[in-house]
Amino acid sequence: MMLAVDFALMLEKFLLIVVIIMGSLVIAMYATYAERKVAGILQDRRGPNRAGPFGLLQPVADGVKLFMKEEIIPLTSSKWLFILGPCLAMVTAMMTSAVIPWGSKIEIAGRTVDLQIADINIGVLYIFGVVSMGVYGIMIGGWASNNKFSLIAAVRGASQIISYELAMGLSLIALLMLTGSLSMKTIVEQQVSSGIWNVLLQPLGFLIFLICAFAECNRTPFDLPEAENELNFGYHQEYSSMKLGFYLFAEYINMFISSAVMATLYFGGYDIPFVNEANLAQSWGENLVTVLGSVTLLLKVAFFLFFFMWVRWTIPRFRYDQLMDLGWKKLIPLALANMLITGAVILWLNK
Amino acid sequence: MQTLTNRAKVLEQKPLTFMERLYLPNIAKGMAITFSHMFKKRPTINYPEQTRPFSPVFRGLHILNRDEEGRERCTACGLCAVACPAEAITMEAAERKSNEEHLYREEKYAARYEINMLRCIFCGLCEEACPKDAIYLSETFAPANFTRQSFIYGKPDLLIPDPKSQPDEFRMAQGRLEAHKANVKAAKNDQ
Amino acid sequence: MSITEILFWFLTALALLSALMVVFSKNPVHSVLWLIAVFFAISGHYIILNAQFLAIVNLIVYAGAIMVLFLFVIMLMNLNAETEPQKNRWLWWAGTIAGGSLMLVIIAALKNTENQMAQIKGGDIGLIQNLGKVLFNDYVLPFEISSVLFLSAMVGAVVIGKKD
Repeated sequence: MMLAVDFALMLEKFLLIVVIIMGSLVIAMYATYAERKVAGILQDRRGPNRAGPFGLLQPVADGVKLFMKEEIIPLTSSKWLFILGPCLAMVTAMMTSAVIPWGSKIEIAGRTVDLQIADINIGVLYIFGVVSMGVYGIMIGGWASNNKFSLIAAVRGASQIISYELAMGLSLIALLMLTGSLSMKTIVEQQVSSGIWNVLLQPLGFLIFLICAFAECNRTPFDLPEAENELNFGYHQEYSSMKLGFYLFAEYINMFISSAVMATLYFGGYDIPFVNEANLAQSWGENLVTVLGSVTLLLKVAFFLFFFMWVRWTIPRFRYDQLMDLGWKKLIPLALANMLITGAVILWLNK
Repeated sequence: MQTLTNRAKVLEQKPLTFMERLYLPNIAKGMAITFSHMFKKRPTINYPEQTRPFSPVFRGLHILNRDEEGRERCTACGLCAVACPAEAITMEAAERKSNEEHLYREEKYAARYEINMLRCIFCGLCEEACPKDAIYLSETFAPANFTRQSFIYGKPDLLIPDPKSQPDEFRMAQGRLEAHKANVKAAKNDQ
Repeated sequence: MSITEILFWFLTALALLSALMVVFSKNPVHSVLWLIAVFFAISGHYIILNAQFLAIVNLIVYAGAIMVLFLFVIMLMNLNAETEPQKNRWLWWAGTIAGGSLMLVIIAALKNTENQMAQIKGGDIGLIQNLGKVLFNDYVLPFEISSVLFLSAMVGAVVIGKKD
């Protein structure tokens, strides 16, 4: 028997996973609140303000409402796949958080704890893989509903995500040529030590990544899979109760995670701008600087979340052919050009 | 095609310029517009706590008026019922007994007085028809309810509070009534 | 048994079970979903071999892209029992024999790989650095040729899209 495991390490990782998952659930909950509040403010309204002070209990009320609703499984649906759909959407949304470094090290009782669940050396690819799995939640749910609108939405969602994944991957390759590593931790550490965020080196790449992130999250202007006026509700039309809740929730978790990925890859992750962390750590202590760094990361994420909402309440939805045009004819050639130019510049500078 | 007026505007559909085809400058412009709305004044109010003032001639639910001693003014003459275009008002008259003088001002009074608020069109003709100053339209909405029966308002729903037993409520209602009368008069004078 | 071994047997059982379900599922959509489960199990094997890059690329390319297209087509064809054509009995036999022959070939090919299995145990061969070194030192030419092929395929796709 060789089942000897480092139990302290397991406990540490387990706690970290629980904290991160609970954290992203709570943030996603309040993202729904923030979405409505931001929508209200941008449209000269007030937004939710009835449940609790400033409407802060609104997400709780929504959650309770969804739980209390009747669970309906259509007779002609394929039952297991119908249940599997929202589960997959939720699982794939949560899984990405594993490789994001939420902070540098923290020392608890003489133990150094990395604020990252797994620093695998293919971190960026892992995110890519999990995101590509995200299609299945939509596709399976849409198909299993046995409803034409849902099916069309599922097909739309799948083709949209596959198309934009290409441009996303190409824009990432340019970034990876600069960093020379696929590990998220290394990418962040490079930005922390040099003080130059990758967005300054790869503005075009970031723009392409940003647009693709909108498409991958099914957010306006690319929310064609759930276009209300054409498809009623799209892939979650037949869903009710908490299964619907999972779908809606997964969208907000996706938004949160992709904001975190953008902040990590392009905006220095837990790097505090204009501050030399190493000097600060000597005077203030390592732990405090780590906490400050994590707060900085969360602030960056909050900004991106706001940006997602801001765009949603500004730009109307694309038509489907426009969406495909943008993906295939504009973003992919642009990303290819960006990749070639980056490669050429790197070669030229090294000479 | 010949146009009837010279106001018609020819719609031009030029191909998009390069800057327009880039999308991004226009998107930035749009985002700036929505962002600027964050700092604009909000016309929305917190409704049940705050209310907007009614227009001076607003016509809401009816009330049956009393005089200063708390006696009902209505004599069940039926003019309001005749004036009502929606036939929402019904009443039953009764003769005042000798020991009821503190309750009813005239010798005849309305034993039953009902207004069907689902039929009522809130035109205010009953208010104009009343010779005894007995019926007025107030500034209250008809509240929502579950049954049709509950929209038939009887005398207990319509009567203004008694100035003797409930002086405060009466004064409030009376004040609003006086203001309402003044408003209506002013509006009529304006015409 | 160590954890690795337990995982290995679990993943093997999962892979075989899912593969059988691919064949025996009546509904083609279920078949595709079971096939995706097979890919997951195989990626699990890659991870046990410490070949993380292969594992994740297997997921991205096969489970994330190719299978989505499969699912896509099958969903739109709306296959069900009524539309299924009558199968020819001879076709059935031909399929069995062809599949059996393929299995024989694969078993014969795998019989002589004992020695190489021992090498893999060393560990780092599947990591991205080593993979990159091998690809860009020993196999530069075929790798570059295949990349040009991919690039031309992508450019071709864009050109087809541009022609309105």
